[in-house]
Amino acid sequence: MALRHVNAVVVGAGAGGGVVAKELSEAGLSVVILERGGWVSFEEHGQDELINQRTTVLGDAYGPDDRSPRVAETGPGRFEVVLPHEGGYNNNAACVGSGTVSYGAMAWRYMEKDFRMRSTYGAPEGSTLEDWPISYDDLEPCYEKAEQQVGVSGDMSANPFAAPRRRPYPMPAFPYNTEGRILEAAAKRIGLHPFPIPMLRNSVPYGGRNACVHNRYCCGFACPNNAKNGTHNTMTPRALATGNCELRTHSIAKEVVVDDKGLARGVRYFDATDAEQYQTADLVVVSGGAIETARLLLNSKSRLFPNGAGNRYDWVGRNLQGHAYCGADGLFEERTFDDVGPGATIAVSDFNHGNPGLHGGAALCNEFIRPPYGFSGMRPPGQPSWGKAHKDFQRMFYKRSVSVRGPVQEMPVFDARATIDPAVRDHWGIPVVRLSGSRHPHDVEIGRVIAAKAEAWLKEAGAVATWTNVPGLGLSGGQHQAGTCRMGSDPKTSVANRFGQVHDIDNLFLSDASLHVTNGGFNPVLTIMALGFWVGGHISSRWKDGRLT
Amino acid sequence: MNDPLPAPGDGPAISRRAALKLGLVGVLGAAVGAGSTAVIARLGRAARPRYRFFTDAEANLLIDICEQIIPRDDVPGATDTGAINYIDRQLCGRLSRHQETYRRGLESFRQTCLQARGAPFGELAPAAKIEALRSLELGEAPRALWGDPSAPEFFNLVLSHTMQSFYGSPRHGGNRDYASYRMLGLDYPQVVGQNRYKKA
Repeated sequence: MALRHVNAVVVGAGAGGGVVAKELSEAGLSVVILERGGWVSFEEHGQDELINQRTTVLGDAYGPDDRSPRVAETGPGRFEVVLPHEGGYNNNAACVGSGTVSYGAMAWRYMEKDFRMRSTYGAPEGSTLEDWPISYDDLEPCYEKAEQQVGVSGDMSANPFAAPRRRPYPMPAFPYNTEGRILEAAAKRIGLHPFPIPMLRNSVPYGGRNACVHNRYCCGFACPNNAKNGTHNTMTPRALATGNCELRTHSIAKEVVVDDKGLARGVRYFDATDAEQYQTADLVVVSGGAIETARLLLNSKSRLFPNGAGNRYDWVGRNLQGHAYCGADGLFEERTFDDVGPGATIAVSDFNHGNPGLHGGAALCNEFIRPPYGFSGMRPPGQPSWGKAHKDFQRMFYKRSVSVRGPVQEMPVFDARATIDPAVRDHWGIPVVRLSGSRHPHDVEIGRVIAAKAEAWLKEAGAVATWTNVPGLGLSGGQHQAGTCRMGSDPKTSVANRFGQVHDIDNLFLSDASLHVTNGGFNPVLTIMALGFWVGGHISSRWKDGRLT
Repeated sequence: MNDPLPAPGDGPAISRRAALKLGLVGVLGAAVGAGSTAVIARLGRAARPRYRFFTDAEANLLIDICEQIIPRDDVPGATDTGAINYIDRQLCGRLSRHQETYRRGLESFRQTCLQARGAPFGELAPAAKIEALRSLELGEAPRALWGDPSAPEFFNLVLSHTMQSFYGSPRHGGNRDYASYRMLGLDYPQVVGQNRYKKA
């Protein structure tokens, strides 16, 4: 039996899809969300150190499972099937809310220059660095909506580098923990401008939900008392509450059907019983995350687009980027551990831009509380990693260590990409994604400089021993995956226009980090949510008399 | 240091004699009784293997290796906390793709000890055991005995799995009695959903 036709089908209930579905539902469109995962809860895996979204040695707590393999380049020209919990897969999550259920919840706005990277710095050789077709000013009202409607605690008054904002955050900033206090004083002594990290977490009760209780573990885990704000507990419930939206979980999108006139007709997918279904719609929004969105478009072949929807000029899946994390670790004589979770409280934005000779930079933040297993791998160079020395080090320094980390804004590389593997298929028979390529060497250069800044900060804070962590050239994606369907004004060098509308397919839209031209020197999620409001708002404004005008 | 290292545990271990003094005889007696039943039941099925994946000989060698990685001192080590149980169980579960690495690696290591040290690993002096593992880690083991896995690959795999067993949740088979958390002075499991931590 054919499914009832709807106005819009949204693929993916993550940071982008949750917001778009809510915007369209509230604008009166009938909406179906297809989400490949299900609703998840804290109870299933609790605070298991080995099964969460950050440490996955025994699996991903919030999906996907082994039915969704990928193929990764594990050496030059060597490809291997990888499972979601294995390195090289570049997983985010598969559940209602996706990564927003278990993220660390840093709520960054990108800076003005982050939207104008090419005109600010010029593209380094070997990079497709480009400006966004929209500016920070265009997106500012959408950032505000994300902060107000999803819920952010913060205070940017001490950060002179922050882009201008019209409204303050809806909740006060979280106070510094012990690490934050140690680092704040040191930062000021060396002329930096520390400020509290903005968080998609309730510092006070908000949106009908609790205030944060400061659990030790947060990043990588669902919140046990619903104080962390994702789309699963804000946007999706609001969409469902309109009565216009239906959420279908465990629904695996196979292809977007594009007709001979170049219009999207709907989405073929497999339902929870593995039966194939066809949901027709007036318009389609793909929000699968940068890697799965690219895969879906590439798997959506039609007469007009034999190489995949929106892929006329071979840009779908290109420019895959994440963040090249760098930083430094320090050991202290004094106790730095106070068990006030999740632990990351303080940041500086002094090194996002203006680093001599570098194309950008990164914010620096103190790290979330390290679980003991993670800490077992945190050692200065040359320090034994096992035996009596290992135990002594754990006892001596687990509660006397501070880490500072920064997400280096990566230089997009055309050949860092997601393609379709010619042979491997998933449980549903859908061709899987193949990841290949590597980072730009400049990312490593930036990482080295920013790591040295982090080390200097720790030294000033009184660390008795410090060492740096510099990223390598390995392909980047993971939870910060972005860039595979960049927006732009020229259809020959981009996939979607400034409103996320796929070039030449007027009723096919994208709303996730695949649109990011560049990925900022910050965690990307608030920008993904803002783009959801931007794309959703655009569609709503064009929706008149029951059709897209 | 501004404050002392965390106490090795929440309190001293209760010896059987102390328990007797405290009048816990009945409780311990019941436990012993239950254990005896299990032992008797096992006697009837003598052929039942001790491990899911490993042979007894492999397991004994691996237990000895893990104990060097996290040795017992004033708090429990890898053996006490069930490292072999964790690895054996996970090799038949999530970590099954490493089965052959263990099988081949343990055999390579067995031969390495005989060839390079003239004795089985278990008969080496404590310092020599550490040296033997150190040469694996550094890739100094006889190359003819190591191909896939290489000596460092094998060592690092055992190292990471031993750490996982010691610091992971006891529900996976290791970290018996939350020994690692006691060692670090961390309460576990955490009581979640309560404002019991003083806010920063």
